[in-house]
Amino acid sequence: MNYTEFLLWVRGPAFHFATAILVLGLTLRFLEMLFLGSPRQYAAVRSNGIAGGIRTVISRFAPPEPGVFQRSWFIIVAGYLFHLGFFISFFLFAPHIILLKSLLGVSWPGLPAPVINIITIISLFAMITLLINRWYYPVLRFLSDFEDYLSWTLAFLPLFTGYLAFHHIWLPYPLMLALHILSVEILMIVLPFTKLIHTFTFIIARWTNGARAAQKGVQV
Amino acid sequence: MTKQPTIGESLRSQGISRREFMKFCTTAASLMAISPALIPQLAKALENTPRQSVIWLSFQECTGCTESLTRSHAPNLESLIFNTISLDYHHTLQAASGEAAELARAEAMKANNGKYLLVVDGSIPLANPGYSTIAGMSNKDILLEVAQGAKAVIAVGTCAAFGGLPKAAPNPTGAVAVQDLITDKPIVNVPGCPPIPIVISSVIAHYVTFGVLPQLDGLKRPLSFFGQNIHDRCYRRPFYERGWFAESFDDEGAKQGWCLYKLGCKGPVTYNACAIFKWNDAVSFPIEAGHGCLGCSEPDFWDAGGFYQALSVPLTGTATAVSYAMVGGAALGVVGGLLNRQKKSEAKQHHEVVSIADLKRT
Ligand code: SF4
Ligand code: SF4
Repeated sequence: MNYTEFLLWVRGPAFHFATAILVLGLTLRFLEMLFLGSPRQYAAVRSNGIAGGIRTVISRFAPPEPGVFQRSWFIIVAGYLFHLGFFISFFLFAPHIILLKSLLGVSWPGLPAPVINIITIISLFAMITLLINRWYYPVLRFLSDFEDYLSWTLAFLPLFTGYLAFHHIWLPYPLMLALHILSVEILMIVLPFTKLIHTFTFIIARWTNGARAAQKGVQV
Repeated sequence: MTKQPTIGESLRSQGISRREFMKFCTTAASLMAISPALIPQLAKALENTPRQSVIWLSFQECTGCTESLTRSHAPNLESLIFNTISLDYHHTLQAASGEAAELARAEAMKANNGKYLLVVDGSIPLANPGYSTIAGMSNKDILLEVAQGAKAVIAVGTCAAFGGLPKAAPNPTGAVAVQDLITDKPIVNVPGCPPIPIVISSVIAHYVTFGVLPQLDGLKRPLSFFGQNIHDRCYRRPFYERGWFAESFDDEGAKQGWCLYKLGCKGPVTYNACAIFKWNDAVSFPIEAGHGCLGCSEPDFWDAGGFYQALSVPLTGTATAVSYAMVGGAALGVVGGLLNRQKKSEAKQHHEVVSIADLKRT
């Protein structure tokens, strides 16, 4: 298999397979969640919970109280840099927008490549420091299991291979591009079955918690 | 068999001046990335070398590669190259035909056994030998026969190098590339649909001068020509960086010369010298003319998604995969959900009621 065949394979059958597994996994997981139903409410319903739900979705973007930020500012800042960087480089890089348009039918303006480049470097740097931090603190290290390292690797590789491909570093571009796409496909396959599913569930989870609390009259 | 004249003798007999010859040597040296200090040596080597015998075989091809090589303005490097070789067999260019042509091939093979250069354009059909024959011989047989006595093989054009158009899905003739059949001879691939004339001639010139093939990349392409990426050398690159893309072939962006990525340009995955040497005596090249690169010097470029589909768009088939996955996921989700419910209610049934008194006991 030469690099063109490899690239065609990742752009074709491998992509179809990964997308299928992603969609299958997400449908399966969401239906399972739906079937769990909601627990019986014993308290009298105070509101429909919509406002509370929305408030919680937004408020949880910020650390709950000042003390938390002071204690864990590094994780919060680096975590934000990584998440935002990943989001921006995924959704606002022109070739990605073209890809998403072909799949979803909608399109939006992108950012210039040098800006994406800097954001990617910041993201990569943030991820590496987060990993070092995880190793450095015994408690964090103790709490980390295989899934944590797997999630880190699967999120790191698309950014890293994307960076190398963009700069034509190390391997011929078609090969690096193929590896980049492949790394995303692995991420897509693993995502629904690990904690990485939070990319899809975090808003729903926040909303559910906020809405239920508001229905009970808890201030959120 | 008369002795082959040297290249110098042959050039003089054609009235080509010393000055023109030196100019050729300088151009050839710069193309092959040879130090200028070696030009006199190159000239001397060329002057005294007997003309290299070349046998050119054409299989499943469109003659575009030969057209490319011959459709250049004279006198130029390409025509000079023809004086440095003795083209003993070539369907399109030889005067002889029929048995006389085949005889010329047999004679050249005998006289230069182990020394001649074999140039091939076109792919070889394996599904049925009758798909393409020459003088009653299948392409495969004639290739294996001629390759046996060749010193090296040059596969000219993407068909010979990688299978090209005949090999495009569903590959009705079972076409293969030269390198799929010949494994015991040095091979150089000079792909392109067609290849740039100067690239074909320079590779031949390199071989004639040094007796060895040039340095190659992983796909056996001469590095000096295929080491550069079209996208890296493209003058529209600044627009790519800025994210300014032509959306159609006649919109404002296209008129302004913006990047053609969205219109399907395959420059980023293509290694070739178009952006440097250009075409038609260095007048222009496809991207300069407003059309994206097709990636013609890469294997399987016919099947690499549509020519007008952006590189980052996946090959067709995603929608089908997604619909099957949704059905599968829904079915599994319902079954899984029901099983979970059952488990939950079973657990509920087995709940023991624990009172404070029970807790105190332990
Ligand atoms: S036109 Fe093609 S080769 Fe040129 S910058 Fe755009 S994508 Fe790259
Ligand atoms: S620009 Fe691309 S498609 Fe056109 S001749 Fe060159 S390599 Fe082939």
